[in-house]
Amino acid sequence: MKTFPIGGIHPSDNKQWSRAKAIEVLDLPDVVTIPLAQHIGAPAAVKVAKGDKVLTGQLIGESSGFMSANIHSPISGTVTAVDMAVNGQGLRQMMVTIKREGDEWVDTIDRTDTLLRECTLGPKEIIAKIKEAGVVGMGGATFPTHVKLSIPDGCKADILIINGVECEPYLTSDYRTMLERGEQMLVGVEILMKAVGVERAVVGVENNKPDAIAHLRELVAKGGYKGIEIMPLKVRYPQGGEKQLIAAVTGRQVPPPPALPIHVGAVVCNASTTVAVYEAVQKNKPLIERVVTITGKQIKDTHNFLTRMGTPVETLIERAGGLPEGDVKVLNGGPMMGRAMVNLASPVTKGCSGVTVISGDEATRGEASACIKCAKCVAACPMGLEPYLISKISRKKLWDAAEQHNVTDCIECGCCSFSCPANIPLLDYIRLGKQTVMGIIRARAAKK
Amino acid sequence: MKVLILTVLTLCVLGGLLAIVLYFVAQKFKVEEDPRIDDVEKMLPGANCGGCGFAGCRAMAEALVKQDDISSLYCPVGGADVMKSAAAYLGKAAPEKAPEVATVRCGGNCDKRPRTNSFDGAKSCAVASSLYVGETACAYGCLGYGDCVEVCQFGAISVNPATGLAEVDPDKCTACGACVKACPKGLIELRKKWPKNRAVYVACRSKDKGAVVMKACKAGCIGCGKCEKVCAFGAITIENNLAFIDSQKCKLCRKCVNECPTGAIKLIGMEPLPKESKTPAAKAPAAETTAAKTPAAESKPKTNE
Repeated sequence: MKTFPIGGIHPSDNKQWSRAKAIEVLDLPDVVTIPLAQHIGAPAAVKVAKGDKVLTGQLIGESSGFMSANIHSPISGTVTAVDMAVNGQGLRQMMVTIKREGDEWVDTIDRTDTLLRECTLGPKEIIAKIKEAGVVGMGGATFPTHVKLSIPDGCKADILIINGVECEPYLTSDYRTMLERGEQMLVGVEILMKAVGVERAVVGVENNKPDAIAHLRELVAKGGYKGIEIMPLKVRYPQGGEKQLIAAVTGRQVPPPPALPIHVGAVVCNASTTVAVYEAVQKNKPLIERVVTITGKQIKDTHNFLTRMGTPVETLIERAGGLPEGDVKVLNGGPMMGRAMVNLASPVTKGCSGVTVISGDEATRGEASACIKCAKCVAACPMGLEPYLISKISRKKLWDAAEQHNVTDCIECGCCSFSCPANIPLLDYIRLGKQTVMGIIRARAAKK
Repeated sequence: MKVLILTVLTLCVLGGLLAIVLYFVAQKFKVEEDPRIDDVEKMLPGANCGGCGFAGCRAMAEALVKQDDISSLYCPVGGADVMKSAAAYLGKAAPEKAPEVATVRCGGNCDKRPRTNSFDGAKSCAVASSLYVGETACAYGCLGYGDCVEVCQFGAISVNPATGLAEVDPDKCTACGACVKACPKGLIELRKKWPKNRAVYVACRSKDKGAVVMKACKAGCIGCGKCEKVCAFGAITIENNLAFIDSQKCKLCRKCVNECPTGAIKLIGMEPLPKESKTPAAKAPAAETTAAKTPAAESKPKTNE
């Protein structure tokens, strides 16, 4: 069974809490707050003002640059504010607040459940529709999908890889999506193959989800999907990282930045995103809802909710039986890549695949002691970096040295901090170094 | 024995020849350096802190010797005395600069600014501020992990465990500005140093609207503008819901201190004015105060990300 060649760890996957829970539609929220930056790149330009009436699926924020995405209203009602609001990290950002009145959809959206397999559109039209619907990578990185599919001149894709790995512990939203919306996903794969002009697609799924693999294989055989292979992968974190997945599936190594996966002929798209692509192209439905796992050892009633964007995270937690007693850590995402939240009234966004609740005791890190140069972090790093060294030079603010040691290659997977026996917060400093060096590189480029 | 003598002789001859070669090479590539640079360097404090903007005292000494006009150069550590003696030695006009002191503009101590969460990551202000708002709900306040303490070469700044805030010892502070650069929240300002370390300043940097500030911190500036109205010297301006006292214009009259409803204006080294007496010395013509008033800037806070 295939996997990526270097590094990686085996955290306990803890998916047992929510893996058996079928996707349930969450009640419509009464009020939603929609951040205008739900993707990497420039925030969308707001298209509505206070007092405007909006319909479900109506454009409220327009893509404002090459790297940007459209934002649509997830409910129908009245815009009550376009102002700064506090996000999950406690920082203020521009958000549109909408008070719900009924649930009236834009009439071009097909809301039926019938599977539309035929797609007569050309690649350009498909990409335009995806762009229109504001689809972004739903695995967490929120990279605008239309940018990813627009293949630069001189490059050619020969394989499409669908990321059904979901290597992040706890989370089960992609898994449930593959099980329950597998057919939509496969049609989405066909559409994406057409959009990037490839004959072959591989759906990578870790073999801790044997039922999803069997189910998708059955659907492929029954539906006669040509060129789509379901590939089981050996369980290993961070297999869901784009570069790791390409290496696992094809054995190709993506060169360091500014090279992109397309330079080795691969385009990678997340499983949930593929369903969103299907809905955008075949049903004219913008990305206004997603599956969010709410899970944790102490959560009474774990769920996989189909949630409208902008729903407050606390609503999900309440529906799942509320927060447990005592100190807890609430993560937007899973325990490895997720970001701790300080404001639970903040909304579910396009990149939020789950909400994980961990008890304070479990979340507390041990006291950091001195590095003993055991090199466990070096062995664990899937990018082949030297975390102990980069961390130290970032801490000492030696930015030139950090750049020379390729700090910008770090994918922030957290394998180094996870494997450190001395509890050194390696990634904290590496992330700081990466941000600073990226800033320096950008400033240098701007000067030229 | 013969071998020994031969070896010693060969080495001596070789040594002599190389010495001659080295002598000529040294003559050929000799770097002419102004001897005054060495002398000026000796006058400087030798802290190599970078507070002057140069990479150490040697570079500063070079600049002092080479530049004709040294009015833009200043050693904050040595202060006026050092600059005067260096200028006298070089026969140039000494730059004048009032002494300054680093001031931490945050007053949100543990009582006034309750903790809402606990941070378990690397104990560094830069790391914490790049991740999220911090352990309190104020996005502008002191984080208290001591990035400023780490960069201070004079032991002048420390984090007070009782308040959770960075505090400057004005007697040790040389105003080199290292902490100003290190603070990711931009809280530290070099302000005019008064005798006996007296000071009046707004201990808040929050650009949030009043209600938001009050929710996060009881000691924050809410931008009400009362201090601006009472100031007779036009030293106070309000911008983005935040008052700022210009330390060059401030005369330490202390009237603003009593006006501030949240106590965001800090008074150091002096007794406050008696509360009731509103009349004495209030000769400031009303016209002047209004003229100095800047229109409260449109409240358009920026994103923090």
